[in-house]
Amino acid sequence: MSSVAVARPSNESAWVLPSRGRVGMFTLIAAESAVFTIFVVAYIYYIGKSLSGPTPKDLLELPIFSAVCLLSSSLTIHLAVRALRKAKVGVFGLWWFLTMALGSIFLVATGREWHHLIYEKGFTISTNLFGTTYYSLVGLHAFHVTVGLLAIALAMIFTLLGKVKPEHSERLDVFSLYWHFVDVVWVIVFTVVYVIGR
Amino acid sequence: MASDTIALGIADPDARPIGERLHDWVVTVDHKKLGILYILYSLLMLVIGGVEATIMRIQLIVPHNHFVSPQVFNRMFTMHGTTMIFFVAMPILFGFGTYLIPLMIGTRDMAFPRLNAFSFWMTAFGGLLLYFSFIGGNGLYGAGNAPDVGWFAYAPLTSRAFSPGHSTDFWTLAILVSGIGSIGTAVNFITTILCMRCPGMTLGKMPLLAWLNLVTGGLVILAVSPLTAAQIMLSIDRFLGGHFFDTQAGGAAVLWMHFFWIFGHPEVYVLIIPCFAFASEIIPVFSRKPIFGYPVMVGATIAIGFISMSVWAHHMFTVGMSSYGNAFFTATTMVIAVPTGIKIFNWIGTMWGGKIQFKAPMLFCIGFLFQFLIAGLTGIMLGASPFNWQLGNSYFVVAHFHYVIVGGILFTVFGAFYYWFPKMSGRMYNEALAKWHFWLFLIGFHLTFDFMHIPGMLGMPRRIYTYEPGRGWDIWNLIVTVGVFFQAAGVLVFVANLLWSLWKGESAGNDPWDAWTLEWSTTSPPPDYNFATIPVVESRRPLWDIKHPEDPDWKYE
Repeated sequence: MSSVAVARPSNESAWVLPSRGRVGMFTLIAAESAVFTIFVVAYIYYIGKSLSGPTPKDLLELPIFSAVCLLSSSLTIHLAVRALRKAKVGVFGLWWFLTMALGSIFLVATGREWHHLIYEKGFTISTNLFGTTYYSLVGLHAFHVTVGLLAIALAMIFTLLGKVKPEHSERLDVFSLYWHFVDVVWVIVFTVVYVIGR
Repeated sequence: MASDTIALGIADPDARPIGERLHDWVVTVDHKKLGILYILYSLLMLVIGGVEATIMRIQLIVPHNHFVSPQVFNRMFTMHGTTMIFFVAMPILFGFGTYLIPLMIGTRDMAFPRLNAFSFWMTAFGGLLLYFSFIGGNGLYGAGNAPDVGWFAYAPLTSRAFSPGHSTDFWTLAILVSGIGSIGTAVNFITTILCMRCPGMTLGKMPLLAWLNLVTGGLVILAVSPLTAAQIMLSIDRFLGGHFFDTQAGGAAVLWMHFFWIFGHPEVYVLIIPCFAFASEIIPVFSRKPIFGYPVMVGATIAIGFISMSVWAHHMFTVGMSSYGNAFFTATTMVIAVPTGIKIFNWIGTMWGGKIQFKAPMLFCIGFLFQFLIAGLTGIMLGASPFNWQLGNSYFVVAHFHYVIVGGILFTVFGAFYYWFPKMSGRMYNEALAKWHFWLFLIGFHLTFDFMHIPGMLGMPRRIYTYEPGRGWDIWNLIVTVGVFFQAAGVLVFVANLLWSLWKGESAGNDPWDAWTLEWSTTSPPPDYNFATIPVVESRRPLWDIKHPEDPDWKYE
């Protein structure tokens, strides 16, 4: 009874379904996009609505260097996965390390910016609406970068231990989708917070 | 040797100590066990939420009643609403989905079994957090208890100044945690349905239950995520001194309303679409006809999914939006009635000319058809903004959405229980008791919720803990409360039937309903691996093809 085949005397083409990893990751990205959309909407809605200072113009400077670092890490992760697919594990390790370094530079830059704002300017999440929305939106993104970096570091450790093989390229490819997403979100956050909001 | 090992594994599962068997349930990643865990958890919560509703109705049975204090009444309606939506309706539907989807699409488990377990335990932990508030809401402040801000928790009532103690903290964290679980389940549903179908099952040959849960998954992704974001904001306000919804610092209370209802309205469809799925599986089997208008059904579901993302502010007509806003949301609300109406015609078309068998699952689905139609009609009334200005926040609204949730969702869930109980337990339920359940619950439902519309139209606002005599509300409130006892009696019969059948019910066999979808091709209950060999299907009704090799469906599809 378990073999439920009533053989239809016709086409027997290969039964191919989409990859689980990619569909799962795209679905997760859709959910994350909805979360970020709400935070971005709140940020835009509250631009200029703070009842007291300081304003974005007083405090924010364009973090161009860190943005360039983060965005170029999208390229390096792509090259890393491509190298692994071609079984060049050494080349993969180099690009992967570079990705980790670029992501870390971004995170350190955000940390320095926050340190400057909090300890030198006395500007915190409870100062005014700008503080609340700024730290939440940038912080939510930085949290996603941190999660991504932890995953990258894990894969890096496995690479150094010699455990990463070409057959893992699909998994890392799925992960790279997440990393690209985090980068795209930064383009939006950058535009909203540092360009439009300033 | 190998066969010996296998035989040992299956030989006598009951011989193992009870502790070990319970441990199996805690660490399981099997979709059938997790599905049953979801369902049992929701049933427990259903009883708790039902008790809370009963407490409210006893308080309102006569004017100036002193059954509970106003403070307790506020906690009861908040906990009742939050429990029923987040810890009864969603997990029970996720439970059925988790149990049925892999079986119906002919695979051995969900796409991500461990994520499946994670999602369930997050949901369970969320409910625990919510109910821990009765003990922990006090915190170190000496103020606070269970949450009392209403299930949509409007700002600024949720701010520290107006909600001291931890009551609202427990509420927001419970929703946040269970929301993460829901998103995990949705990711799993979508991935399973898109990537795990058995050979031959193209999208156009999937059972409607799989199709409708696919759309539900998409809605959860797009609706629950904003709620999660809003809860993060509320947590920032409460724990870190943020100002998102702090009107003293320029924050907007209305923004919370938008964020909440951007979740809140699609949520209605997150709950009702899986119930449409139950109806779409049960009605054809008990009418002995294939579903009428399968492609239209799928199209209408997708249309509902899209339109439901653009109707949320019809919950907010009374806050004073611009006339363009009112016109837009009135129009979209009218539009969403169209695909819903199409579905009702499809189910009637399926029954039309069929050999209808009035078994318990079918009875509940027929009840659903009529009641959901009425719920939709009052929905259209409330969707017209001028009418809404008159009746917004009244008992008319309460009656309307309970008509949807009890008359629509709960009825089909009961139907689904009876329909798939033989598959899940391997035993038949008692049909006579099930009919008692149906009629008691039907009478109770109509006594309560039909008559609840009237005090609403007479001006009785929702969420009041008592009222003055002589406003014409007294008799209606009495009838409404009397209905509750009929419903409670029905649920007791249901639970008794469930327990009795579990131990004493006669053996169900693989396919007690002579049904057509893949879950009925395996044993009841199914083995851990579901199917010894993965099935291959050629049409929407693979079991029909097997039973009728002379006239298979694929000749016509």
